Amino acid sequence: MSATGIGAAVRRKEDLRFITGKGQYTDDVVRPGETRAAFVRSPHAHAKIRRIDVAAAKSMPGVVAVLTGTELANDKIGNLICGWMIHSKDGTPMKMAPHPALATGKVNHEGDAVAVVIAETLAQASDAAEKVKVDYEPLPAITDPAKAKSGAQIHEVAPKNTIYEWSLGDAKAVDTAFGASKHVTKLDIVNNRLVPNAIEPRAALAEYDAGTEQLTLWNTTQNPHVSRLVIAAFVGMAPEHKLRVIAPDVGGGFGSKIFIYPEEVVCLWAARKIGRPVKWTADRSESFVTDAHGRDHVTHAELALDASGKILAMRVKTIANLGAYMSTFSSSVPTYLYATLLSGQYDIPHIYCEVDAVYTNTVPVDAYRGAGRPEATFVVERLVEVAARQMDIDPAELRKRNFIKTFPHQTPVIMAYDAGDYGASLKKALDLADVKGFGKRRREAARHGKLRGLGFSTYIEACGIAPSQAVGSLGCGVGLWESAEVRVNPTGSVEVLTGSHAHGQGHETTFAQLVSERLGIPFENISIVHGDTDKVQFGMGTYGSRSGAVGMSAVAKALDKIEVKAKKVAAHMLEAAEGDIEFKDGKFTVAGTDKSAAWGDVTLNAYVAHKFAGQELEPGLKETSFYDPTNFTFPAGCHICEVEVDRDTGKTEIVNWTAVDDFGTVVNPMIVEGQVHGGIAQGIGQALLEGAVYDKDGQLLTGSLMDYCMPHAHDLPSFTVGLTETKSPSNPLGIKGCGEAGAIAAPAAVINAITDAIGTEEIGMPATAQAVWSALKRAQPRQAA
Amino acid sequence: MPAVSMTVNGKAVTGDVEARTLLVQFLRENLRLTGTHVGCDTSQCGACVVHIDGIAAKSCTTLALQCEGAKITTIEGLAEANGPLHPMQEAFREHHGLQCGFCTPGMIMAALDIVRRRGNDLDEHTIREQLDGNICRCTGYHNIVKAIAAGAKAMAKDGARQAAE
Repeated sequence: MSATGIGAAVRRKEDLRFITGKGQYTDDVVRPGETRAAFVRSPHAHAKIRRIDVAAAKSMPGVVAVLTGTELANDKIGNLICGWMIHSKDGTPMKMAPHPALATGKVNHEGDAVAVVIAETLAQASDAAEKVKVDYEPLPAITDPAKAKSGAQIHEVAPKNTIYEWSLGDAKAVDTAFGASKHVTKLDIVNNRLVPNAIEPRAALAEYDAGTEQLTLWNTTQNPHVSRLVIAAFVGMAPEHKLRVIAPDVGGGFGSKIFIYPEEVVCLWAARKIGRPVKWTADRSESFVTDAHGRDHVTHAELALDASGKILAMRVKTIANLGAYMSTFSSSVPTYLYATLLSGQYDIPHIYCEVDAVYTNTVPVDAYRGAGRPEATFVVERLVEVAARQMDIDPAELRKRNFIKTFPHQTPVIMAYDAGDYGASLKKALDLADVKGFGKRRREAARHGKLRGLGFSTYIEACGIAPSQAVGSLGCGVGLWESAEVRVNPTGSVEVLTGSHAHGQGHETTFAQLVSERLGIPFENISIVHGDTDKVQFGMGTYGSRSGAVGMSAVAKALDKIEVKAKKVAAHMLEAAEGDIEFKDGKFTVAGTDKSAAWGDVTLNAYVAHKFAGQELEPGLKETSFYDPTNFTFPAGCHICEVEVDRDTGKTEIVNWTAVDDFGTVVNPMIVEGQVHGGIAQGIGQALLEGAVYDKDGQLLTGSLMDYCMPHAHDLPSFTVGLTETKSPSNPLGIKGCGEAGAIAAPAAVINAITDAIGTEEIGMPATAQAVWSALKRAQPRQAA
Repeated sequence: MPAVSMTVNGKAVTGDVEARTLLVQFLRENLRLTGTHVGCDTSQCGACVVHIDGIAAKSCTTLALQCEGAKITTIEGLAEANGPLHPMQEAFREHHGLQCGFCTPGMIMAALDIVRRRGNDLDEHTIREQLDGNICRCTGYHNIVKAIAAGAKAMAKDGARQAAE
């Protein structure tokens, strides 16, 4: 392993600009003549718009324009769309309601935009926005997904507020298996609604060049090309070749910046209309009521086992809240990213899952770190843990008995797991967490009046998203390959253009490590370029832990081609047969001789083209790859959470956290560990602290960082992180992906630990001190000392 | 519009601002010092932390006019142009104390204030408690805590070296 190659903990290239304040985020970009936009948003969750009076606002100082949905419709700006078609059990397509960027006729959630004010300064725009008078007729609102079907109908296209009623698996086989079982564990689960809260708020800056009819959008997006495609082809803003989308530095995404939102559409439209650049940056209050939320499932789940604890079947019924409109990929999250993972790490012969997706008068719900897989893991790992307790089998032992041990393994819910060693990660985690010593620690805690509990989560996820044909057959509107272009300059330095997008993941470092390893050139001679549709031809962006497995594999494939071409050039230079050229450590050698050419000589020769006929071998050294993976990847592992609960206050302290993950090939262990830490923090946040709460009228009660509890440094422990490794056979680098694992594994581990401590399964998320205290009052602690 | 004068990163600056202009707006928009960020509107996230007369403050809840005559230091003022990084900046890089980088300037400025108040020998518990005013969504804080402990120690060494010189 070289100091900057695969597997090295190389310090990050991108850090210099961030630690010196030189990062360039969307809000940092300023264009000449720039104006500022302020949106007028509905204070009601559900209301008819009787009238919008913009006269007073228009006469305010500095106002350039006040625009409403009526003008948007007159200009034939199309609706936002959901790009993944799901069909109901009866074969009918999902009920996608119109989603205009500015509401007309009716608003459907608090924060729904009804008008925009464009002014010289932000203060002027905000002042004028307050002068826009909207006459609303409030309608009854529905926020609880479990009651959505009986609530007031929100969209004409969706009777009973039902988007689809979908199922996966063989119901009859599951019924039969349940009938033959000796033990059934049943759980009712609410997977709490979360607000992503990337610390950089969303922003958009749009500019129109009337001379070239070119629109440019600077945007906080995880996938600039998909954004351009949707805004061009579906919203109809401009032809694709007349729209450039730039995602500069992006301050965290966690899924919430995948989607195409109304604000960027409005900024583009307004910039062309007024002939000046238009910038909008969300304040945090806006983020809370406009960024797509995550999770929000209500589930009943059952697990059937035989007398020895062998799992026979699983039955799951979930109601998924998709909010007021269908966000870009929302339909896929509670279906193909959820039910397909219900087998967990276990050999379960039969699984049946029904999912009803519903509209409510809440902010749209879409992918948030893990997207469906945390929800699935929570169902599986709670069921298994509770079953073990009910059957008086050690939870680790019950898991071991049911682990999948041979690969490939076809689950009853589509996925074909290709590689893994679940026993190895469990064993390593048991050792690292000193589970053998837990009994002693529990007794010691009891002497101090504390209840100590241990919780496992042996999770699996499907990442490296995804083989295009496979997702196409499941309804996805796009292919999920990734592109890379490797440009070798005459002096031998290299630029890699990737369709992946980094917003914290460190691609400028890890992608360069791959190039450094393969070409044997210095790390500092490599630049990674991403996030600009004028530079990178096309790409699918970053989400679903796909950039390593898919994005870097595309780079590897392009590097293969570079090597082939460079060898041809070297063969001419060294007057040898192409087949005799060997390439190693940045040097081309004629096999069995001491004749060689350095990397820089070959790259220069590729461009000057003096040593070969340019008609026979094209000059230049630039190669492209569009890499489509052969399967999903299946990262998996074991997280063990150890908690102490204060009997008197209900406060939970996480005293130890052990994570052992199998991510396949690890490119940079420092970065991978950082991803694990961040994921665990978000998972712990969900389990202990976070939860979006709506009142019955559809007002978001947790609408600011004062009310919505984000994890702080003092809420979290340090983490013990370990790795096991089975390579993914589904991509050339063996990478599985690491971005979401922590968020997927953590919630079940926390709740399993708390329920172990307090002796009741009756606790929901977030398990706040009050919730735990109340549960304790109802329960008889298992360990009543 | 009233005028305001202050010293920012060692340079005297003046500007005409509205009475309601926040310090962070003055820094970002008037002076184009965009290293100081805005992550919330309720003074929780700490992405906007700068030093006012040597003490950490949230520039999103400070009026520009309140800083008349004050000495302001922002993330851009920690290291001299083309000079070495401040030990705390270096520690964040060395210990992977940042991912997306958005909270980082505020984290570093807050970290320096922890050192000012609590000294160079910081334990994990102290750092975690003292970071209450700063939120990071990426790192889970694990590496930020390590970076601050190491940065604080390096500052002590740096101070001793500078004193010896």
